[in-house]
Amino acid sequence: MVCDEEGRCRDGGSDLRASTDTIAAVATPPGQGGVGIVRVSGPLARSIGEALLNKPLPPRHAVHGRFRHDGELLDEGLGLFFPAPRSFTGEDVLELHGHGGPVVMQMLLDAVLTGGARLALPGEFTERAFLNDKLDLAQAEAVADLIASASVAAARGALRSLSGQFSQSVRQIDGDTLELRTYVEAAIDFPDEEVEFLSQGRVGERVDGLIDSVERLRRSGRQGMLLNQGASIAIVGPPNVGKSSLLNRLSGESAAIVTDIPGTTRDLLKVDLVLDGLPLRLVDTAGLRDSGDPVEMEGMRRARSEAEQADLIIQVSDAAAHEASAPLFAADRTIQVENKIDLTGAAPGLAPGQWTSIRLSCLTGAGLADLVALIKAQVGFTGEGAAFSARHRHLQALAEASTALQAAAQRLREQAPGEVIAEDLRLAHQALGGITGEMTAEDLLGSIFRSFCIGK
Amino acid sequence: MDHPHTFDVIVIGGGHAGCEAALAAARTGADTLLLTQSLETIGQMSCNPAIGGIGKSHLVREVDALDGAMARVADQAGIQFRVLNASKGPAVRATRAQADRDLYRSAMRALIDDQENLRVFQQPVVDLLLEHGSVAGVVTNMGLRLRTACVVLTTGTFLGGRIHVGLQNQPGGRAGEAPANALARRLRALPLRVGRLKTGTPPRLDKRSVDLSKLAEQPGDEPTPSLSFMPEPHPRQVSCHMAETNPRTHDIIRRALDRSPLYAGLIEGAGPRYCPSIEDKVVRFADRTRHQIFVEPEGLRSGELYPNGISTSLPFDVQLALVRSVRGFENAHVTRPGYAIEYDYFDPRDLQDSLETKALAGLFFAGQINGTTGYEEAAAQGLLAGLNAARKAGGLAPWHPRRDEAYLGVMIDDLVNQGASEPYRMFTSRAEFRLRLREDNADLRLTEIGRRMGLVGAARWRAFTAKRSERQRLWAALDTAKIKVGGEAARRLAAQGGKPVTEDIRLVEYLKRPEVGIGQLVDVGLLPAAIDPELLRQVEAEVKYAGYIKRQDTEIAKIRRHEAIALPAGLSYATLPGLSRELQQKLEAARPATLARAARIPGMTPAALSVLLLQAKKQGALAGAA
Repeated sequence: MVCDEEGRCRDGGSDLRASTDTIAAVATPPGQGGVGIVRVSGPLARSIGEALLNKPLPPRHAVHGRFRHDGELLDEGLGLFFPAPRSFTGEDVLELHGHGGPVVMQMLLDAVLTGGARLALPGEFTERAFLNDKLDLAQAEAVADLIASASVAAARGALRSLSGQFSQSVRQIDGDTLELRTYVEAAIDFPDEEVEFLSQGRVGERVDGLIDSVERLRRSGRQGMLLNQGASIAIVGPPNVGKSSLLNRLSGESAAIVTDIPGTTRDLLKVDLVLDGLPLRLVDTAGLRDSGDPVEMEGMRRARSEAEQADLIIQVSDAAAHEASAPLFAADRTIQVENKIDLTGAAPGLAPGQWTSIRLSCLTGAGLADLVALIKAQVGFTGEGAAFSARHRHLQALAEASTALQAAAQRLREQAPGEVIAEDLRLAHQALGGITGEMTAEDLLGSIFRSFCIGK
Repeated sequence: MDHPHTFDVIVIGGGHAGCEAALAAARTGADTLLLTQSLETIGQMSCNPAIGGIGKSHLVREVDALDGAMARVADQAGIQFRVLNASKGPAVRATRAQADRDLYRSAMRALIDDQENLRVFQQPVVDLLLEHGSVAGVVTNMGLRLRTACVVLTTGTFLGGRIHVGLQNQPGGRAGEAPANALARRLRALPLRVGRLKTGTPPRLDKRSVDLSKLAEQPGDEPTPSLSFMPEPHPRQVSCHMAETNPRTHDIIRRALDRSPLYAGLIEGAGPRYCPSIEDKVVRFADRTRHQIFVEPEGLRSGELYPNGISTSLPFDVQLALVRSVRGFENAHVTRPGYAIEYDYFDPRDLQDSLETKALAGLFFAGQINGTTGYEEAAAQGLLAGLNAARKAGGLAPWHPRRDEAYLGVMIDDLVNQGASEPYRMFTSRAEFRLRLREDNADLRLTEIGRRMGLVGAARWRAFTAKRSERQRLWAALDTAKIKVGGEAARRLAAQGGKPVTEDIRLVEYLKRPEVGIGQLVDVGLLPAAIDPELLRQVEAEVKYAGYIKRQDTEIAKIRRHEAIALPAGLSYATLPGLSRELQQKLEAARPATLARAARIPGMTPAALSVLLLQAKKQGALAGAA
């Protein structure tokens, strides 16, 4: 706030364009083969590129070289530097063109992040471009839509990567951090109370325990044990329409039991595969039908939950038995498949009508190529490496939490005052909040008042 | 009947919010009237006789930095001073003053009477005059119309006040005083969300009937601290005492719960979680066998004691029994029964940052009417509302500090965006930038802007600029002077038990060591001995917190960028793509004014912020093109 002598005030020094941080992401769709690009935008772009290639990057020249990080050869490729403002985002932009495989791309991205960039949020490059007037007004609507769809995909990716053990562990750590902060903050805000909050909270022990938990989780996360990758596709539909046959056709191997008795696939069957360079996880679900069998009902419950989390739903129906019904789940990410056209004689391929529908035969393979093209078009766009980046972001958040917790432990050893330790714990909690959802001061106060009898 | 004079600002209410509002408006030059039901109760402390404490003293120092009254008055009326959290770092150290009620009232009244541009008038207000959708004046209960550009309402617990003792209740604004019901009805007709809150007080005791020798004494700090940056001499200092409840006290309370208005369901208003009545404490923390009671003197000449910690609305016979079950209180005479009071408050989410209501131009709210509790919270809001009312009357833009600038900024932002579901009280844990918002640097944070807005008088400005020059010299010395290996200073520091100096080191780097205090540098002659100790503390805090503060700068820079981005007022969140249903609803309810506000809504995601940012930019660009 700046005020003149008459007392007229305005906000000073706020410049929308002054991004202080450097962002990075893999700019090409996830896949294998071909060329992959890591894009970097922000003030550190040039220095990161020159460090990786170990040679100067003159503006707007493709420089060939080897990407090295910590002495290790990562890949061979091109580095391109576009200084602000004549670049995609209007900021300094670096592009690293490598050989594209997901592992190489991730190593390259890791090296860039180690150099001081942070992982871009969904749509953030486009957002910066827009804010720097690199996109005209007419494109605004499209940009908003893009970010909206990217965020939905990322949310789904996060939900998936957060299922099971990982999310349980994060929630546990988050809860323990809150409890620890409750003691530390209560000691600061209520010093007149008789409770010896800090000794009662055994703060040192707890911090050490938290560091252990976070580090364990990071290790397993890095090894990819807990997190899934690739877009997920749920195959749903009534019993005996050929869901398992479709899965087998797509995966090219007989992974599921295919019989003619309705309701065979009671459990979920998952197959990871790479379809033309696009990593996918196919989930074959139980047939959706009314049944009193508790085992079958449980299978159907899981089928529903799987469909809700999936990036794409393939709803299979029997072309011979009846017409295609309305999508059972989200219509905007459902592809209808009318199977068994070998029995009806209908033409394979895209069917006219209200819903996105493909006619094919799992028996003959007719129409399958059309389905694959449609899957690639749908997943390849909205995916934008959603699950991949969600996972990466979670690991980054865990790393930040770990750093802050270690600082807190160090301060405790130095017998630093409580408010300094509280600040490190706040930062740790904030980092965890990036995974679990924001946490507010009110939550913290609520926890204090629930735990202690405070006030006079 | 019309009053012949037209005012710039009329402040209704003479409590802690009202006094600061009237004084602030008048300081900036506005023609101001303080209108109250009773001139005798101007500056009255209706609850416990103390100013300051954790979080609250920070607000008091900020009011002081803007040349407000509270700190100076408390210094003149304070009969026991302590620094809380003295064993912790400077950011969370807090001064607390036990005040003599009579001295406080008369010191405040003297400031009001001395203030240029400020007049007082005694009459209950029953209505507001409206013209063209704005406030144009007020009407008193004898039909007198007073015309003004802006009105600041600081009615405390008086709007629709109802006092509970046991199962009996009656209308009242404070024990023995009438509520302001006509005005409450008028305000309820405005499109403002209204709610009920509850607070309470303990029974007061006759000093002669309490055996202080059976209680633990708690003397004040030596040397006696002060609240103001421009300290006034303190009156004689006395001690407080500590008593405690016991299992018998708790039994008495448990047996009487059926006669508690709280537990019998007579009170609908939400009470605070942190200051529960003694019956709340006993019920909610059943395993505790004792609770502390701070026995506070009401004044140097007063014969009454304030037993802080046993606020209650149980029937009088139970109050007496529970008091007398406490060691030292066996023969206590209760001079005034404790009571709970329920009152109307207006949802502060219907306010702008200036504390002007969104519903009615020119109408400002400050203090308990906004759902807060505490003298300090009231005073800080009062100052801001009075300032902004005067600025509006003078055609100037409103001002408020940001969250990273002042506790006042944190409070306003919390109130306006999150509302108050219980009486809102300041805690340091509410301030995410706590390490920068310290008692010691409130002047550095606020006095200059206060001066530019006409709030800060010549005397304080002189003192501040002198301190600031000295500060620059001190920093220059820290940044340039070195401790030389083998030098005299190094030898003397080592003699004090410090770690030896192994290479030449600048003072600022040496001071960063956890075990080093700035006092040592003065002691060994590296810094001049004549420096203001307050200034030394300020600079020491800056050095000690430097790493943390630098990191927060990045966080703040980002927030400021977002703060500069206004969200269109008419934005239809319900139809924006990319937002979850939950976020759409939260945004519709909060209607954040800026992107930074939106970012603080619980559950907000980065992607959702991007969507909002693009909307803001798009609509701004369209408006610019039009």
